Amino acid sequence: MATAEHGDLLSQGGANLRRRRRVDRIMRGSAVAAALVAVAILVIVVASVAIKGASQLSISFLVKDPVQTLQGVGGGIANAIVGSAVVVAFAAAMALPFGVLVAIYLTEFSNHSTARAIRLVLDLLNGMPSIVIAVFCYGLIVESEGHQSGFAASIALAIIMIPLIARTTSEMLTLVPRDLRDASYALGISRWRTIIGIVLPSALGGILTGAVLAIARAAGETAPMLLLSSVYGNNTTVSIFSGAVPNIPFDIYQDSESAVPALHAVAWGAALVLVVIILAGNLGARTMLARQRRKMTAR
Amino acid sequence: MSTANPAAGALASTRGSVDRLGDRLLTSVTVLASLTAAALIALILYKLIDGASGAIGDFGIAFLWHTTWNPTTAVGVVNANMFGAGVLLYGTVVTSAIALLLAVPLGVGIGIFLSLMAPGRVGAIIGPLVELLAAVPSVILGLWGIIVLGPFLRSTIEPALHDVLGWIPIFGAPSTTGLGVFTAGVVLAIMVLPIMAAVSRDLFLTVPRELRDGALALGSTRWEMIRGVVLDSSRAGLAAATILGLSRALGEAIAVTQVIGAGNAIHGNLFDTGDTFASRIADQFLDASGRWTSALFYCAVVLLVLELLVNIAAQLIVRRYERRMGIAR
Repeated sequence: MATAEHGDLLSQGGANLRRRRRVDRIMRGSAVAAALVAVAILVIVVASVAIKGASQLSISFLVKDPVQTLQGVGGGIANAIVGSAVVVAFAAAMALPFGVLVAIYLTEFSNHSTARAIRLVLDLLNGMPSIVIAVFCYGLIVESEGHQSGFAASIALAIIMIPLIARTTSEMLTLVPRDLRDASYALGISRWRTIIGIVLPSALGGILTGAVLAIARAAGETAPMLLLSSVYGNNTTVSIFSGAVPNIPFDIYQDSESAVPALHAVAWGAALVLVVIILAGNLGARTMLARQRRKMTAR
Repeated sequence: MSTANPAAGALASTRGSVDRLGDRLLTSVTVLASLTAAALIALILYKLIDGASGAIGDFGIAFLWHTTWNPTTAVGVVNANMFGAGVLLYGTVVTSAIALLLAVPLGVGIGIFLSLMAPGRVGAIIGPLVELLAAVPSVILGLWGIIVLGPFLRSTIEPALHDVLGWIPIFGAPSTTGLGVFTAGVVLAIMVLPIMAAVSRDLFLTVPRELRDGALALGSTRWEMIRGVVLDSSRAGLAAATILGLSRALGEAIAVTQVIGAGNAIHGNLFDTGDTFASRIADQFLDASGRWTSALFYCAVVLLVLELLVNIAAQLIVRRYERRMGIAR
């Protein structure tokens, strides 16, 4: 197909070379412009959050619970920061071992067809809209318990994190050199000891950075919070089983929908806190991941 | 490694049975985890259909195109407690179409720039920046959409489009709030863009250097080389990437709810309000009860089925393409 095209191009050549050069310049200019647009969007979004959030940010915004008075809103978002941390930590504690086990199966025990099936399962889980997972967890937990809970939100976040963790982990396990395993087997060490004692530790850095990326993704998920952990008060609470737990994403969502300008300001402040956490986690993890990949492939 | 060796030595006497047990245990635990992941998808499908069974029984497949969505249960109201998702289907299709129309060309352009044009250091900075855009939570894009993007579109882009293309009904009068289907489509485009850019960059990097050099040696300009060789050999991959972008756009609930204006009618004018399957769930789920909840579960079922179809379609395209390439080599 490509060769036929070249024939055409060749026969046309010369006659309208100037037009072709102009098209070439325009199209390549458009590609540069496209890249600039994407960078500009990121800069504008992050700058909006930074500028509008910075005026709200203070120590007391981070360490005080919100106070609603007749005069307006005051205090901070400490309840949401603590709640988000607890819900996400609980989700990670469930998703990390689960995702790593799936990855071990995928790279160490599966054959061609089961590997393909599990990859499909992970892709489908990964592509599942978070609102669908939220509705599922609502039907599974909230409906049967009769109340929202931070735990239900943790389960939903864990389902979102599992395919992400399984994917990066299996990528990292595949990068562990074959020689390392062979050397271990040659010494008479069994398979499970080789995997747990040698393969996993040498991929540990990559697995953990993958986990950080998944946590950063889960920390900003709002749909599960909206359905599963959104009816809460102003106090800091960490009891995730007894009811909804305050969290940053739902604070932002609720305040953004409000008509009160003071609440918009709180939303920007909370957004700045969330963006800083997420972008820091992403940048750190990406740098570490690139280093890890280089280290493993260089061997 | 240093820890495994002495450990293995010390256990030499009982090693045989312990190792057999250990191997079997690790295998079965990992198999169990994998089966659980697969069972999870089945459980999700079951639970959603179970929740939607009332609405599925009452409205059947016609739910998809009926445009009445009336949660009121008051006696004497026409069409009380009747639900149809026609408005949502329309909103979902239109917002996703806007998102893809904007994000696919832009994303492919970024892919071309990053893979074929950018000098090493520039690419090493811009590439990660584009990927970081994907890390911005949707709720923050939504907040930005309400307060920054929406007013900007209302005051600048929408009047301009209306003035120039106003004779086409879809570019009607600009919205009064900045919230509407068009704004939702633009926000979705921003979410799809990083996916398209990253996938097309990776695709273009796999096109063999000899093919590209061959085209240039035949006298093609760089763009003719890109169009004839790079884009042509990446068609299947680009189609799959577009489908994945579509699946992202279809399912986004939060940012769309924030900027689409929660309309309950089909408007030809893109600048008017609307709603999508996902945003309707996010908007109404906590207020709903009874048949209303069941109808929202039905929306979730539709989303899930769409997502499964879309993902499997992308897989099939890639697989067919790989097979063709395998034969060609």
